[in-house]
Amino acid sequence: MRLAEDFEANPNQKLLQGKVIATLFFEPSTRTRLSFETAINRLGGKIIGFSDSSSSSVSKGETLHDTIRMVSNYADMIIMRHPMEGSARYASEVSSVPVINAGDGANQHPSQTLLDMYSVIKTQGSLDNINLFLVGDLKYGRTVHSLLMAMLQFENPIFNFIAPPELAMPNEYKIHLASKGIRYFEHTEFTDIINAADIIYMTRVQKERFIDPVEYEKVKNIYILRNEMLKNTKENMRILHPLPRINEIHTDVDTNPKAYYFTQAKNGVYARMAIIAHLLNLK
Amino acid sequence: MEKHLKVSAIKDGTVIDHIPTKSLFKVIKILRLEECSQMVTFGNNLDSKAMGTKAIIKIANRFFADEEVNKIALVAPHAKLNTIRDYKVIEKRVVETPKEIVGIINCFNPNCITNAENITTRFEVLSDKPIAMKCFYCEKITNENEMAFC
Repeated sequence: MRLAEDFEANPNQKLLQGKVIATLFFEPSTRTRLSFETAINRLGGKIIGFSDSSSSSVSKGETLHDTIRMVSNYADMIIMRHPMEGSARYASEVSSVPVINAGDGANQHPSQTLLDMYSVIKTQGSLDNINLFLVGDLKYGRTVHSLLMAMLQFENPIFNFIAPPELAMPNEYKIHLASKGIRYFEHTEFTDIINAADIIYMTRVQKERFIDPVEYEKVKNIYILRNEMLKNTKENMRILHPLPRINEIHTDVDTNPKAYYFTQAKNGVYARMAIIAHLLNLK
Repeated sequence: MEKHLKVSAIKDGTVIDHIPTKSLFKVIKILRLEECSQMVTFGNNLDSKAMGTKAIIKIANRFFADEEVNKIALVAPHAKLNTIRDYKVIEKRVVETPKEIVGIINCFNPNCITNAENITTRFEVLSDKPIAMKCFYCEKITNENEMAFC
């Protein structure tokens, strides 16, 4: 967090001069890739890689093992997004250079979590005593799971989950919270309960998650945050979203000072600069 | 009345008793007894006061380290091991579920990288009754009723 702050104050530190970073995106992810590549460029590094497995030797049937062995001979670091869970951990075993997980299937997206935490600390001054409202797809959304696991390392968090029953927070997380004596509340309605929030973390309710399309039609317009809902929310409250947004945050929220999601995306570059510099022992 | 052994005695080696009948061939597989060059005899569906029916395996001239034999706890949690020397039982052991399972079980998550590449699976055992194991790679939990052997 301190390193990210340092890079935000001085974004053009050429610590990666002479270094080559591989960005291996076995599935497309525009935002995460651009954010990492901006971080590398600002640090003065060179980038090799691919943005889609169809343009790599994977399409010829090469294993992940062989791709990683080969690329780790070329680059000083690998940043990898892969559709299969556990792929990044496996790559780190095979690779001779550090591997950053830029998302492994439905498992983890740790750089997103670090930038979310950086956004919380910047807006709230601390990671302790945060009343965090998680809204939308809490069943499949890996960003909310990772953020939850990260935030419960800090003092006195309160979690509020707002989701349709089909996309409720999985039991394993609730059991984990209960076992640690951490307070959490579940809601299906998106009402003025948000007035207690320090952070509202919005996510997209995706149509493809519903077995019955009728169920999707019923809930698709319920979990939309509108400007009028923010009237009585706390002054310090900020709205986060991992983006892309579809319609779950109405555009009339964008001009509200409590809307933080675009700055959050900007914070991502500083957080990723910090991750890269830290792993290569450059700072 | 003269007592007859259903599975003949061994002079030296190991007897694994109290194996659930449905787990006999899994135990053979886990311990790789199909590759064993020594005499291996087994019986299945034998009467058992404690279990109703049970299986038993006798392996001549073979002795197991704890970490080797503890792997069978996944399928035979109440198995007992008798070490035999000169037809006499010189040691009795029970199996204990290990804290880590390497190989043996496939991750139940079809989207786990271990199911796509040639990777030895690794699990942290979270609970032994009933068995729940967390995959070292994808972090998903495989439960007892989802266990599939490699």
